[in-house]
Amino acid sequence: MSGGAAVNAQGNPIPLSERGPASTWSMISFGFWLFLLSDIVIFASLFATYAVLSKATAGGPSGHDIFDLKNVFIETGCLLASSFTCGLMLIAAERRQLQQFYIWALVTWVLGAAFIGLEVTEFSDLVARGYGPTHSAFLSAFFTLVGTHGCHVSSGLLWLLVMVAQVSTLGLRTMVVRRLFCFSLFWHALDLVWIGVFTIVYLGAAVNA
Amino acid sequence: MLNEETHHGKDTDLGLEDDDVTNPKTYLLGLALAIVLTLASFGAAISHVIWGPGLPVFLAVLAVAQMGVHLVFFMHVNATEEGENTVLALGFGIFIVLLVVFGSLIIMHNLSSFMPSMDQLMKMQR
Repeated sequence: MSGGAAVNAQGNPIPLSERGPASTWSMISFGFWLFLLSDIVIFASLFATYAVLSKATAGGPSGHDIFDLKNVFIETGCLLASSFTCGLMLIAAERRQLQQFYIWALVTWVLGAAFIGLEVTEFSDLVARGYGPTHSAFLSAFFTLVGTHGCHVSSGLLWLLVMVAQVSTLGLRTMVVRRLFCFSLFWHALDLVWIGVFTIVYLGAAVNA
Repeated sequence: MLNEETHHGKDTDLGLEDDDVTNPKTYLLGLALAIVLTLASFGAAISHVIWGPGLPVFLAVLAVAQMGVHLVFFMHVNATEEGENTVLALGFGIFIVLLVVFGSLIIMHNLSSFMPSMDQLMKMQR
């Protein structure tokens, strides 16, 4: 795995073609990485749609009129903090510290749920003011992009619940820790997409005012 | 690779460098950098300290930098032999993302600049 293992008895490096099949861990992490990249390509197409349609307000409000940057800033803080505690959760799992794992899993989940709560409040507020996704092409693109990200975060919250259930029944065995690592990759990738969302959608609207 | 079981049994289950995944300092450093970059982009967007026309570029640079911080400090993308495949796949992913986003923008901008105005379209229908 590390560079030191890939040498033969004489200390010469073994060519990649002669090392036999890759380890389970290599295949799992690479496969999950490919899934994440395909997910990011989906988001790229939604970003492209939003960028094309962001001026198509059909006489309705523009982004500058309806976005509340303070709310977005709190959302960003929640997601970033939850990304960090997710890392601490993975460290605790790696070190087999069960209690710490539960604490950080709880903090990660609460912060993610707070993010979703703020987003749902924002969406329902917009719909209540009559600016739902059917109002203009700009709002359709906005709700699709940000809503898809929100769906991903929600499924991440569900996944975290499943992982906590697995840890409580199976314990922190190797298989479970690998799954936790995949979850942490997913969670960090969602935060990475959110950087694009708050920069392009929210700050972009504030700048173009 | 040959003595994978013994290597794994020691202190880590994951194929990455031990002190990379299990070191809280990596995450703390990443968090600090991410907070600085986030504050900088929100601050720049609100305060108008940066020259207006340069602001989108400034925000884009900050966003790309923060994505880089996330990839390196949180997602452990590295240049080791094992990470090579990951980096290659990431490069291909970035290529597709740029192609989709800028391709769409260029094509749609081109289309709308060649599109006749509404008055002309009305005249054409007669």
